[in-house]
Amino acid sequence: MTDGDMHEVSLTVNGVQYDETVESRWSLADFLRHKLRLTGTHLGCEHGVCGACTVLLNGRSVRGCLTLAVQANEKSVETVEGLAPTETELNVLQQAFWENHGLQCGFCTPGILMTLTEFLRDNPDPSETEVREALSGNICRCTGYQGIVAAAMDAAEKLRNSGQ
Amino acid sequence: MKPAPFQYHRVSSLPEATTLMASLDNVRILAGGQSLMPMMNMRYVMVDHLIDLNDATDLAGIRVDGHSITIGAMTRQRDILESFDVAQRAPVIVEALRQVGHIQTRNRGTIGGSLSHLDPAAELPGLMTLHDAMVTFSKEGDQRTVAMDEFAMGYMTPCTEPDEILTEISFNSWPVGHGFDFREFAQRHGDFAIVGVGTLLTLNSDNRIDRIAAVLIGIDYKPVRIKEIEEALTGQIASEELFREAGESVRKLNMMEDALIPESYRKQLASVLLRRSLISASKRATRG
Repeated sequence: MTDGDMHEVSLTVNGVQYDETVESRWSLADFLRHKLRLTGTHLGCEHGVCGACTVLLNGRSVRGCLTLAVQANEKSVETVEGLAPTETELNVLQQAFWENHGLQCGFCTPGILMTLTEFLRDNPDPSETEVREALSGNICRCTGYQGIVAAAMDAAEKLRNSGQ
Repeated sequence: MKPAPFQYHRVSSLPEATTLMASLDNVRILAGGQSLMPMMNMRYVMVDHLIDLNDATDLAGIRVDGHSITIGAMTRQRDILESFDVAQRAPVIVEALRQVGHIQTRNRGTIGGSLSHLDPAAELPGLMTLHDAMVTFSKEGDQRTVAMDEFAMGYMTPCTEPDEILTEISFNSWPVGHGFDFREFAQRHGDFAIVGVGTLLTLNSDNRIDRIAAVLIGIDYKPVRIKEIEEALTGQIASEELFREAGESVRKLNMMEDALIPESYRKQLASVLLRRSLISASKRATRG
């Protein structure tokens, strides 16, 4: 790796500042997992289809496998590790997944949570159709999506009621 | 599934990019990366140099000047989808962009990237062909403009020269009150369309078609404007029967065939989608 094309990057991940050296060909998802040891972000297909690696880059959901780590320079990244308020509590969206059976094996869940985090910020009062459209870029092979959609609708309502 | 090594170059402006392009070999432009990065991850594409335009803010943005709309190459699909100007002047683009990929890919994907990748089923090249758009390329010390009709050289091959960068695309909007429709058939929402159809038309007060444009995507290596059918429809009174005949006549075109989709299926889809699209566009048009 010493002869690779190395670049300095400075970014925040879940509000924490990191200054690291990355090889240009590293994906953002691999950088998060292998360099920062934030293994909540999962890699499924590595070509932008499955959505498991979805993270937020400057507040917008992106495929972590199609974004280079070097492109996150001077940007803020949000991952699934940033959602829960404390070690022992879930946030509203995560709690809704728990209560509505929104996950089974959990592999796709981090990507789905990040997709819905952005979606519910942009659209706090979605219809079920809009939720399903928003989820079209995240593949889950366990649940059949019913529980995920129910969780998203439940979370949206709770977030509206709490004024968050 | 990791890209082969390459040298990464971040540029903050078009002149910086064209200067680099002129001095490097085996170089590719990185726009939104939603097509190039998968191809690099799978090593279909191996480059020595990657020039990242994501910080070149001079290449992003939507300008309106009278009827003319100009979209910078690095404008994200999401920003086009959410543009008030585009929604007002070219609503068919908004309707189509909802079917382009997913939120996560539209957040990164750019119009210049979609055009340059030139997938036969891609919506944006089809929409630009529908609008008779003009594409601008820049290289060090020079620029040129090409009509969308002449943009595609072959399968996934635009007419971009090795040292050129696609910088912007412009087109004239249709009159206020024009009818529009875009629809496609894909196996999953946001997946590549097997066939897609976009239509624009204007109707006069006695329901006659004044002007019409129709494009098909997914049937050939590039978007296909069905000019003969457009001409046959011009001056006719809009009716379901007329549009049914138009749909039937599109079956005469030769269409692609691949391992999964026979030509006959594409013809069936094209016929049905064109009929429905024309009916929908005519219902949306303001008469007069």
